[in-house]
Amino acid sequence: MSKTATAVNTPEKKRKKWVMIKKCIPLYLMALPGVLYLFINNYMPLPGLVLAFKNFNARKGIYGSPWAGWSNFKYLFATQDAWIITRNTILYNVAFIILNTVCAIAVAIILSEITSKAKKFYQSAILLPFLISAVIVSYLVFAFLSTENGFINNSILKPLGIKSISWYSEKQYWPFILVFVNTWKTIGYNCIIYLSTIIGFDKGYYEAAAIDGATKWQQIKRITIPLLKPTIIMLVLLSVGRIFYSDFGLFYQVPQNSGALYSVTNTIDTYVYRGLLELGDITMSSAAGLYQSVVGFILVFTANLIVRKVDSENALF
Amino acid sequence: MKTKEEKRYQLFGNIIMIILSACAIIPLILLVISSFTDNDTLIRNGYSFVPEKLSLYAYEYIFNTGNSVIHAYGISILLTALGTTLSLVITTMLAYTLSKKYVPGRGILTFLVFFTMLFNGGLVPTYMNYTNTFGIKNTFWALLVPNLLMNGFNVLLMKSYFVTGVPEEVLEAAQIDGAGEFKTFIKIALPLAKPVVATIGLFVGIAYWNDWQNGYVYLTKRTDLYSIQNLLNRMIQNIQFLSQNSSNISNANVGLASIPSVSVRMAMAVAGILPIILIYPFVQNNFVKGITLGGVKG
Repeated sequence: MSKTATAVNTPEKKRKKWVMIKKCIPLYLMALPGVLYLFINNYMPLPGLVLAFKNFNARKGIYGSPWAGWSNFKYLFATQDAWIITRNTILYNVAFIILNTVCAIAVAIILSEITSKAKKFYQSAILLPFLISAVIVSYLVFAFLSTENGFINNSILKPLGIKSISWYSEKQYWPFILVFVNTWKTIGYNCIIYLSTIIGFDKGYYEAAAIDGATKWQQIKRITIPLLKPTIIMLVLLSVGRIFYSDFGLFYQVPQNSGALYSVTNTIDTYVYRGLLELGDITMSSAAGLYQSVVGFILVFTANLIVRKVDSENALF
Repeated sequence: MKTKEEKRYQLFGNIIMIILSACAIIPLILLVISSFTDNDTLIRNGYSFVPEKLSLYAYEYIFNTGNSVIHAYGISILLTALGTTLSLVITTMLAYTLSKKYVPGRGILTFLVFFTMLFNGGLVPTYMNYTNTFGIKNTFWALLVPNLLMNGFNVLLMKSYFVTGVPEEVLEAAQIDGAGEFKTFIKIALPLAKPVVATIGLFVGIAYWNDWQNGYVYLTKRTDLYSIQNLLNRMIQNIQFLSQNSSNISNANVGLASIPSVSVRMAMAVAGILPIILIYPFVQNNFVKGITLGGVKG
């Protein structure tokens, strides 16, 4: 019986759907420019990923170039570079995640308890670096680290009688410099996310705790941090999902593309960039790019899958 | 007893925050002071918070002879205005359509937008596509179009705002009164979504103003299309190049002559952040709201 019902319904349904589609034509037209842009910017490049499996020949183009099978990847992973860029990308991200989480929570807790009018000023001040372009950040860092007339060499080390350091050619300092610059730039941003969560907490908990004689520190330890846990877990998971991507501006601009520092500043993103535009090594560049896209996708996907289990509202899907 | 602890806490908190705020601002202060420092003093004593001799030379130089600086500034302004406007137009229109539950194919469209957030081709295929298929290398389009014009995240953010923040009944009422979809969107949905439009516009605008990558990747010959960020980037690259090849002194001298002095460079960097510093106090609340919206989705 149900079969006949669908048979009767189908043309009717189809007709209705067509009416609906017709009615929605203005809406489709409105969506068109955006969809077209996504097609051009995000979907049309995708077939170009096959370049990673080809011996690229500029004259023959992407599709005319001969196939190379997995040999580009074999070559890439046989080099020291693959290991170095993967290590740098992941280790820097791990350091950023830990430091950003801890610092941002600490600052957010301090800020949330401050009652003075300066609170707003503090918040604005620490957020400001987030708005500055990577190029200008590299100018700021250069003002401090320039060998000849940088602030650190001239105004700190010289008066102390310490020999000046040529920062841009000594790599041992750079892991610290980059981590510092990253924290400087992003702490305000992360802090605001935690702060807005803390502000949303029920004041009743704190009042009850205060009546029971709990100190500030106890309140933070027993109330604020446990209540923050879901937010912390979620934000950390989301950043772990992005662990295969690095901030190109930070790793390319701030060390000023200095060759002496590559072993500690080269990440997957800078490697792909240099391969394509400085060295003309397009096959290695596209192999590394595909490696990043695929592993990155798996990580983002998994992280969001876990986030959905923990807290479905905040997952991407 | 209680108040004493509270007082101690306030004192401690304020001290920490003053230190952190200082850390955030001090590099910018050093930048501004060095742009007002006499160039010879700067070279002799290095960057300093209390320079021996101040000078307005750098700014005079920019205004009198720095045509390229003013030109690049104009490009940045044009790019930011045009980019932000276009971005808002296409983002809001797409988001509005996706927010309508009755639109056939809405699920597929939403997925296509969403998928761009999970997977992307990366630099090489994107570059190939834009240079070979569209030929935008060394055109103004190269600054405007790649990656910045719209992103899936903003679309979905806007869409969820249309779903939750713009009541269905209001839109229906308008349509019963005879307004078409487009008119309803312009006259009713968009004004109601003003806060989120402003916030997204702000983020997009800052991204355009600060962008240097598009110009760096695609503008290989047309330096006349450089934005202020590209110009700043170019200068620091030249300096880096010269310091790495400084053994070739005669060559370095030739190059150095064409690079503006340190204080002029600093003045240009100041010009590069100036618009952001100027609008910051006015847009700060919107900005903070945007971070909370984007950071914890939903």
